[in-house]
Amino acid sequence: MTDRSKGEVWVFAEQEEGKLAEIPFELLGKARELASKLGVKVGAVLMGEGVEPCAAALVAGGADVVHLIEDPALKVFRSKAYRHALVELIKEAQPQIVIFGATHMGRDLAPAVASALRCGLTADCTDLQIGDYTDKKTGETFANVLHQIRPAFGGNIIATIVNARHWPQMATVREGVMKPLDAAAREARGANAGTVVRHASHLDGVEIPVEVVEIVRKASSVNLKGARIIVAGGAGVGSKENFALLHDLAAALGGAVGGSRAAVDLGYCEHERQIGQTGVTVRPALMISCGISGAVQHLAGMQDAAKIIAINTDRDAPIFKVAHYGIVGDLNVVIPKLIKAIRNKG
Amino acid sequence: MKTYNCVVCIKQVPDTQKVTGEAMKADGTINRAALPAIFNPEDKNALEAALWVKETYGGTVTVITMGLPAAKAILREALMCGADRAVLVTDRKAAGSDTLATSYILSQAVKRFNPDLVFCGRQAIDGDTAQVGPQIGEKLDCAVVTYLEKLEMDGDTAIATRDIGTGIETCRAKLPALFTVTEKFGALRPFQMRRVMTYKNAEPEVLDCAAIGCEDARCGFAGSPTSVNKIQSVVLAGGAFKEISPDDAGIGGLVAELIADHTIG
Ligand SMILES: Cc1cc2nc3c(=O)[nH]c(=O)nc-3n(C[C@H](O)[C@H](O)[C@H](O)COP(=O)(O)OP(=O)(O)OC[C@H]3O[C@@H](n4cnc5c(N)ncnc54)[C@H](O)[C@@H]3O)c2cc1C
Ligand SMILES: Cc1cc2nc3c(=O)[nH]c(=O)nc-3n(C[C@H](O)[C@H](O)[C@H](O)COP(=O)(O)OP(=O)(O)OC[C@H]3O[C@@H](n4cnc5c(N)ncnc54)[C@H](O)[C@@H]3O)c2cc1C
Repeated sequence: MTDRSKGEVWVFAEQEEGKLAEIPFELLGKARELASKLGVKVGAVLMGEGVEPCAAALVAGGADVVHLIEDPALKVFRSKAYRHALVELIKEAQPQIVIFGATHMGRDLAPAVASALRCGLTADCTDLQIGDYTDKKTGETFANVLHQIRPAFGGNIIATIVNARHWPQMATVREGVMKPLDAAAREARGANAGTVVRHASHLDGVEIPVEVVEIVRKASSVNLKGARIIVAGGAGVGSKENFALLHDLAAALGGAVGGSRAAVDLGYCEHERQIGQTGVTVRPALMISCGISGAVQHLAGMQDAAKIIAINTDRDAPIFKVAHYGIVGDLNVVIPKLIKAIRNKG
Repeated sequence: MKTYNCVVCIKQVPDTQKVTGEAMKADGTINRAALPAIFNPEDKNALEAALWVKETYGGTVTVITMGLPAAKAILREALMCGADRAVLVTDRKAAGSDTLATSYILSQAVKRFNPDLVFCGRQAIDGDTAQVGPQIGEKLDCAVVTYLEKLEMDGDTAIATRDIGTGIETCRAKLPALFTVTEKFGALRPFQMRRVMTYKNAEPEVLDCAAIGCEDARCGFAGSPTSVNKIQSVVLAGGAFKEISPDDAGIGGLVAELIADHTIG
């Protein structure tokens, strides 16, 4: 057995229809940091049919090696096929860390892979760090272990989880929390900073019990994650009609509109606009929060915004604890004044 | 006509949606005892899926939980809603199980009933991992369909509609198959009055790890690669925000400040 502490740090490079998702680039940003601490290479696992053209972007995004598996059976994601091919690859190439996006695909695939390899898997991490670890019961110490930091218990606690005795160390990571390499860094790396290594799928003769009949893509008109300015509304907005106020404010600022879960549940806005633990995580330059109380599950998705303005009638609302600017007042009065001031430039 | 043997995995969880001031201890940690123990919300959707299959095509519904004896409460609820059989897996050896060990123990229990269809909730609201369902599926080596929203049976095949995040997928899965069910499937039917009386004190079958053929080394702490190293409660730091008065002067000043520092403009 090879020394696993020399193994690469891997990122599962999720793609659909030959198009890479945003999440692999976020994971690569983090993987570079982890790998440089460990003094090892970053690998990206790219699986599918005819997906080789995606490799260059992964190299520029931070991969030293792209591990490529192409097979017609991998054309659309099917749990068993992807699991089988990835498990064989991990056994063969022995990475020390494998991270997945906590997307629908990642949360389907990663547990199955961990189950097959009988290794640990930490769900939905918001941070990953390399550090030492001492087992409090046995006193044993381990150097350079992956510390996996995640919210649990409905977002009310933050747990740090380690799996020091098993390889590989695996985690899924929330979308939107890790930073991809910036444009300059990607350009500086270019497409030649890494190599592509092709591997066998080992899928011959493996029966895949699921057949995909049809996929209807959601028309995603909302791009919250990419927005520099977000205006978000909660139950305090009061009605679906009144949500138009937020759209007006967002339009005046060239921003996007988001909502709390209560706003989604009340039908004020679409689910894809939900910000928080069970929605999207955002880190805009400016977040204007209107009629949102600031439950921990909501804060989990927005508290890293560079500037937060909170508008709420309740001075004691927890949202003010993360706000940089607070306006204690009725949003129906404050928002029109804000729009007017923006149009008049102050 | 084919009928279907269904097994549903259900978990009793503290109601983490009720973490209020009273549920917090003075040191800022959560007082679990102050939280009511409830039927995990999405496991109710999973039970509904099984009861719907039984009602539509015929078959049986067995519910299984792994936990403390107090978890009998949710097994009784499931019986009152129409489940035929209830099983509690309880054993000290299971204490400290992470998702790998939990899914191992549950898969051993599920195998005993030789099901056509296995239903799990998508996610439990305490551990919040959504890993146990897919991991049971891997151990059973059967078809796994996550994020189930709709189901139809066609003999030995299930026609399933699932959310894949970027869209909605329809797939055909060969039986046996395991599903993780979301709230989109629909709410659990209410108790049947007649069954409430019958089952309010019902005793489920109780099994321990040995009875379902578990290897000790794969259960509990011994069988769990992950360990929780540290837990912090989410306590908000307390605000030092700049207060803006809700009038034209205050708001005008704020907008001017944001323009000056290039946040907007
Ligand atoms: C497991 C779990 C996951 C969750 N995930 C999420 C998630 O991803 N995202 C999320 O947002 N929530 C999530 N929640 C729900 C969360 O706990 C809260 O219930 C939710 O965020 C509350 O939304 P809200 O702030 O809009 O509503 P409320 O808490 O009802 O707050 C409304 C606020 O509006 C203020 N208000 C009322 N009228 C006015 C007015 N005229 N002008 C100004 N202010 C006014 C009130 O003072 C109040 O503070 C989750 C919960 C659980 C248990
Ligand atoms: C703070 C904290 C963080 C944790 N983080 C991790 C982690 O990152 N990785 C990890 O491996 N473990 C973790 N655990 C351990 C994990 O919570 C337990 O293994 C738990 O038994 C199952 O996980 P879950 O609650 O996340 O269930 P989920 O995987 O979310 O449950 C999905 C479905 O599986 C079924 N199910 C789950 N448990 C049972 C049961 N006992 N009986 C019947 N059906 C069940 C239900 O249908 C449920 O809806 C953590 C525990 C704590 C306290």
